[in-house]
Amino acid sequence: MFELLWLIPALPLAGFLVIALMGGALARRAVAVIGVGSVGAAAIVSVGVAAQFISAPPPGDSLTQVLWAWLEVGLLRPHVALCLDALSVTMILVVTVVGFLILLYSAEFMGDDESYAWFFAYMDLFVASMLILALADNLFFLYLGWEGVGLCSYLLIGFWYKERENARAAMKAFIVTRVGDVGLAVALLLIFTSLGTLQIQEVMRRAAQEWAVGSNTATLAAALLLCGAVGKSAQAPLQTWLPDAMAGPTPVSALIHAATMVTAGVYLIARTNGLFSLAPAVQSVVAIIGVATLLLGGLSALVQRDIKRVLAYSTMSQIGYMFLALGVGAWSAAIFHFATHAFFKSLLFLGAGAVLLATDEQRDMFKLGGLRAEMPYTFWTFVAGAASLAALPLVTGGFYSKDMMLWNAWTSPKGSPWLWLGGALGALITALYAFRMVFLTFFGERKSVVSRRPGPIMRIPMGILAVLSIFAGFLETPGWLGGMDYLSPFLGTALPGLPHAKSQPAMELFLQALTSLLCVSGVLVAYLLFVAHPEVPDRIAAIKAGGWLQGFWFSGWGFDRVYEFIVVKPFVRIALANRGDVVDTLFTGLARANEALHSSLSRTQTGKLRDYALGVVAGAVLAIGIMVLL
Amino acid sequence: MNAVFYISSLVAVIATALVVTRVNVVHALLYLIVSLLAVALIFFVLGAPFVAALEVLIYAGAIMVLFVFVIMMLNLGARGERRQKALLNPSIWIGPGILAIVLLGELVYVLIGQELPPTSGSEVSPKQVSLALFGPYALGVELASVLLLAGLVGAYHLGRRVAPPRAPSKEDP
Amino acid sequence: MAQVPMEHGLYVAGLLFCLGLVGVLVRRDLLFVLMSIEIMLNAAGMAFVVAGAGWQQPDGQIMFIFILTMAAAEVAVGLALIVQFHHHFKTLDADAARRMRG
Repeated sequence: MFELLWLIPALPLAGFLVIALMGGALARRAVAVIGVGSVGAAAIVSVGVAAQFISAPPPGDSLTQVLWAWLEVGLLRPHVALCLDALSVTMILVVTVVGFLILLYSAEFMGDDESYAWFFAYMDLFVASMLILALADNLFFLYLGWEGVGLCSYLLIGFWYKERENARAAMKAFIVTRVGDVGLAVALLLIFTSLGTLQIQEVMRRAAQEWAVGSNTATLAAALLLCGAVGKSAQAPLQTWLPDAMAGPTPVSALIHAATMVTAGVYLIARTNGLFSLAPAVQSVVAIIGVATLLLGGLSALVQRDIKRVLAYSTMSQIGYMFLALGVGAWSAAIFHFATHAFFKSLLFLGAGAVLLATDEQRDMFKLGGLRAEMPYTFWTFVAGAASLAALPLVTGGFYSKDMMLWNAWTSPKGSPWLWLGGALGALITALYAFRMVFLTFFGERKSVVSRRPGPIMRIPMGILAVLSIFAGFLETPGWLGGMDYLSPFLGTALPGLPHAKSQPAMELFLQALTSLLCVSGVLVAYLLFVAHPEVPDRIAAIKAGGWLQGFWFSGWGFDRVYEFIVVKPFVRIALANRGDVVDTLFTGLARANEALHSSLSRTQTGKLRDYALGVVAGAVLAIGIMVLL
Repeated sequence: MNAVFYISSLVAVIATALVVTRVNVVHALLYLIVSLLAVALIFFVLGAPFVAALEVLIYAGAIMVLFVFVIMMLNLGARGERRQKALLNPSIWIGPGILAIVLLGELVYVLIGQELPPTSGSEVSPKQVSLALFGPYALGVELASVLLLAGLVGAYHLGRRVAPPRAPSKEDP
Repeated sequence: MAQVPMEHGLYVAGLLFCLGLVGVLVRRDLLFVLMSIEIMLNAAGMAFVVAGAGWQQPDGQIMFIFILTMAAAEVAVGLALIVQFHHHFKTLDADAARRMRG
């Protein structure tokens, strides 16, 4: 099965090529079959590869498949090579399975769109890039996938580019992530110049040998990598693009801006964990960024009116959790949460998509409501997703992954009770906004007409994802609850585990009870505020401080305004000042001078015979004069 | 005999100056004939009777007759004369005049320093000329005949009436 | 026969040449221009004849004959052109034909 590894990125890429090259000639049905089928086939191959990887692990628990040498420039010899280890197995499984489900959903969801073929072409290209990113054996190849997903993100956010706002959002996403990408590119250069290789395992090995813990180079390299990760994963302070990215079609938000691409930063840090271990300062920055973003995103999500923006801020906040876990060295926990988050967040997006489709793109939750009776299937799957997001204890996947991260934040040598407190507070907020969303959308009186209900092709992915988001948690349960651990030892072959903290079952149980209590109370408060007493939030907003806070959080903590002020406006001003292209005046000046010379010379062309004769004679006289006198 | 040379030279120069300044074409042509005859006399005096004869026959004879034909053909009347007068305004003489004087100065300057033999006065007979012409210069004669043929063909081609006569227009080549 | 310094003959030739030159440059009537060109050619031929007389060689006269041939051909073509010009522009003013103005 392993020899088929190359098929995993190749199949979606082939799907992209086929659709892009002959999309116009294909029927919609054929486009859908190729677009969804190629990813589906990749998913089947992934499952097969994963099954073999688990049942019969290759020697050293990792496997490299070198396809061909990409280029050779001095020491730089990146291969087009795929590397399979526990981390990338997890990654490709999630990407292909979730990608397949979302594409299946899109086959119906995008049914009426005029650019149907291009949608699938871009999505296939995205999946291919994401798989390259996940499977890349060296950082150079990884960077190709990294930029590929960025490109697809740009293309798909601006998919409905005929509206100016959407094109603007696409550009914003591209430019803001570019800030981080530059950091990543510089990091690659730094790593290559100081270690002489970009092959990931080799980099880790040599870095551990040559760089001391906390040395400047290691810190710089890790900080630059973090830069790239922060941009891609929409963490503070580069998070502003994600809410605007919701301008794209909902399946795009589900796949790219919830499940896969935005977690590329998490993957990158986990992949290069060796470097981060050598730079403890940067690693604590990762944790701090994580906590900051999870609180920032959560509080912003609390006051949004647009259902997709709530989900966007929620994604930001959940990735903040992953960063927190990465920051305290709980690599496996972060990847665990990545998987459960991919399931429940894409489920939530698909549910939101179904709602939007039913209500003719009514994104304002305050104008929705009462959809529970109208769309029961969507409601129940959505509740499953929201419960998992809110981490309702015991029954949801999100609970286990979040719990694992929080417990690690408390016990890890790099963790601290403060980080735990931030995370626990975030859990309360998460529950609050998740169920605010549910209650506003599905409870209360009905305010909009349901014109269309999801068909079977949309229901199947939602159902599967609902099951996954509930049950994926049981891969890893705490000791007192069966103590199942399938994922940690598996990932442990690729990622270093935490030094075994002394077992404190009582403490663990206490903290879990506390967070569970927070989550449940969050749901209850949401019920009180938005169902039982819907006038209370308005009354809070009516207080001056409350209203100000609402506006502040609604605008995503004013980051956009600050960036507008310190970056965009000065840049636009410089651009305006340089409108005439200052450098270009030199060249236009040259051209002008030539033109002036030309016109003054062409004035001698009078067309009169006498003048020409006069010129000839004058020249002859001059020439003879020179000959005679000199 | 030296006096003949100088007098002829004076006549030639004056006649030529008059050619250039006349307004009436026929008058100018007559002065030109005078000038050419004077030059023919100079040739004779300098001992070149053959070219003196050619000067009279071909220049003052044949070529001038061509001019007369053309003048008659174009029927240039008094109207042309008035126009000529208007065209010869004094200021346009300045530039060409200066150039010509400079050129003449240069020629004189070149000649002043030279050690040139005086003309002997002895004749270079037509026989000598003919022997040289059809001896070493035979190829030149052939070329001259080709040139005359080309002139003939060219004059014939250009002299045809283009029918129907076209009005001057922008599209004309 | 005359025995004059060769320079004097050449001065006369140069003077005639310069007069012809002034004629070419000043006159706008094409007939005058053509006549002035004849004067210049004649002056050039005269210089050859004078030089030939000075060195007692027939070559000067032979060059004069070639120039004469050339002048004859040139006058034939030039006059034909003048006829066409007059036919076309209804004038002999050379400045009338100035379409090549840049």
